[in-house]
Amino acid sequence: MNRLGVGSAIVLLLAAIYFFVPLAMTVAFSLWEGGSRYGLASYHVLLHRAELGSALVLSIELAVATAAALVVLLLPAMIFMNLYAPRLRPAFEFIASLPFVVPAIALVAGLTALFTGPDWLVGSPFYLVIPYFFLALPYAYRALDVGIRALDLTTLTEAGQSLGASLWQIIGLVVLPNLRSALIGSLLLTLAVIIGEFTFANVLLFDTFAVIMNQIGQHEATEAAALSVMAFLLTWAAMAGVLIVGRGRAQVGGAR
Amino acid sequence: MATVSVQQVSKSYSGREVLARLDLDMTDGELICLLGPSGCGKTTLLRIIAGFIRPDSGMVHVAGADVTNLPPAARRMGMVFQAYSLFPNMSALDNVRFGPRVAGVARDEQVSRAKRLLDLVGLAEHAAKYPHQLSGGQQQRVALARALAVQPQVLLLDEPLSALDAKVRAQLREEIRRIQRETGITTVLVTHDQEEALSMSDRVAVMNAGRLLQVATPAAIYREPADAFVARFIGAAAVLPGVAADGHVHVDTIALPARAASAHPVGHPVEVFIRPEHVRLEAMNGHVPPGALAADVRETTFFGSLTRVRLALLDLPQADSIWADLPSERADAFRPGARVFASWDAGAPRVLARENIRE
Repeated sequence: MNRLGVGSAIVLLLAAIYFFVPLAMTVAFSLWEGGSRYGLASYHVLLHRAELGSALVLSIELAVATAAALVVLLLPAMIFMNLYAPRLRPAFEFIASLPFVVPAIALVAGLTALFTGPDWLVGSPFYLVIPYFFLALPYAYRALDVGIRALDLTTLTEAGQSLGASLWQIIGLVVLPNLRSALIGSLLLTLAVIIGEFTFANVLLFDTFAVIMNQIGQHEATEAAALSVMAFLLTWAAMAGVLIVGRGRAQVGGAR
Repeated sequence: MATVSVQQVSKSYSGREVLARLDLDMTDGELICLLGPSGCGKTTLLRIIAGFIRPDSGMVHVAGADVTNLPPAARRMGMVFQAYSLFPNMSALDNVRFGPRVAGVARDEQVSRAKRLLDLVGLAEHAAKYPHQLSGGQQQRVALARALAVQPQVLLLDEPLSALDAKVRAQLREEIRRIQRETGITTVLVTHDQEEALSMSDRVAVMNAGRLLQVATPAAIYREPADAFVARFIGAAAVLPGVAADGHVHVDTIALPARAASAHPVGHPVEVFIRPEHVRLEAMNGHVPPGALAADVRETTFFGSLTRVRLALLDLPQADSIWADLPSERADAFRPGARVFASWDAGAPRVLARENIRE
């Protein structure tokens, strides 16, 4: 408190109230069983809903598939841009920021107009990986960019080349291990974003975790609140993972 | 170990010539230093030898073989970079055995070679440490061991000491020279630090504006600079413009003793270079000794064992200062404002024609 000052402490307190009061009310409402009774009935019911488990599994599968697409497509592109075309950085920044300014509903309309095949993909929930890739792009790009900037990629690559290594050996043995925390951070952020994504899945009629949560909320208010709390916990677990990995990196050591 | 020959190498960026038809031959086991100011092309030349930059024209031969079109990984050259370049995810030992590892050397041999080299650079007990646990000097020593682990034909050092503090730099300088002598690897060192170049090299190649101005032993570079830029760049020297006379250079109304002026036509525009260690001072005691010039002490700068005295020769513009280096215990007698006699052996100053001067 001595270091914060009274003004800062008040601002922090107000922010904490703003953040925690709705959350606490949601938790309280999720525990409400009518009258003055409180318990875990909503959670109990939720855990026995078969469609919820399958929706959660589907969302996690979509998150993993999206993360894999990001690793396969985005990471090599960023490494090559940093090594061989640093002048393209503004273009990368621009493209990575676009999903923030294009409304999801516009993106999904464009997607359905442009991507009409193949049937095995369009009819499958994994069709969602395409819009999810763009949805997660800004977060994944930012996390990877921080990791890459912390490395002197050019010097490390040249050092590896002067020691007789091929570019792929350098990427495999040097670059990827040093981007481990950035990669895990981007994957967990992707997971957090996709678990809570509603618009794309709802418009494209796929029953993901967020869609099911919405359906439940229309009929069972306390169960919806319980579901919200569970979604929060999942997202927080992902965020805690990011923090723990980041701290682990600081302890193991990185580039200087 | 190998000879290196750079032949007619040129390189331009966006129409700006960085290297201009440059030739340089290195003998087996030699340590040659590329010395010059920032932007003179020395790092570009090193990177062309390493294979990171393709020259616009010209060739690079190593041990008689043309390597101009070979990628860096195929050149068998060890390189130590200016920036700390150890792989952060690997211990010192793993960094050193990286080269043998990617070359497919058996693991036992990788480890024994890495341990031997860490011992050579005095870091055997730090083998398990990660780069962030090592000081800057230790990191550069590991980088040197790593470069040697590939048993390179040529060792390339790109300002490896520039990020280190002065004391560590001096220690590592001696260590690199010792290791280079022990291993006998032909070595190219890039630096802009003339003390580093003069103390470490078998020969120094002075560069400016993409050209090699002089390649010679450190002593020859210092004592007999072939070029006005070299004379200015290496060591300290007072540079006075004048005209040649027999055994003198006339600067304004005074004649400065300089035997080398006789090599130039009388009346020819020249510059005379007078090094501070050649200038002797005597207190003014009434009569001017033969060959001496009256001067006023302007300021003194203490360098420890030496003190540098700045002098203004009487009858010369204030801008034309000369300097004298004196043992510090003697320098107390020459305080700013004192009038003194300055003299030097007539054979000491270097005299160069003014049309040869390139900036």
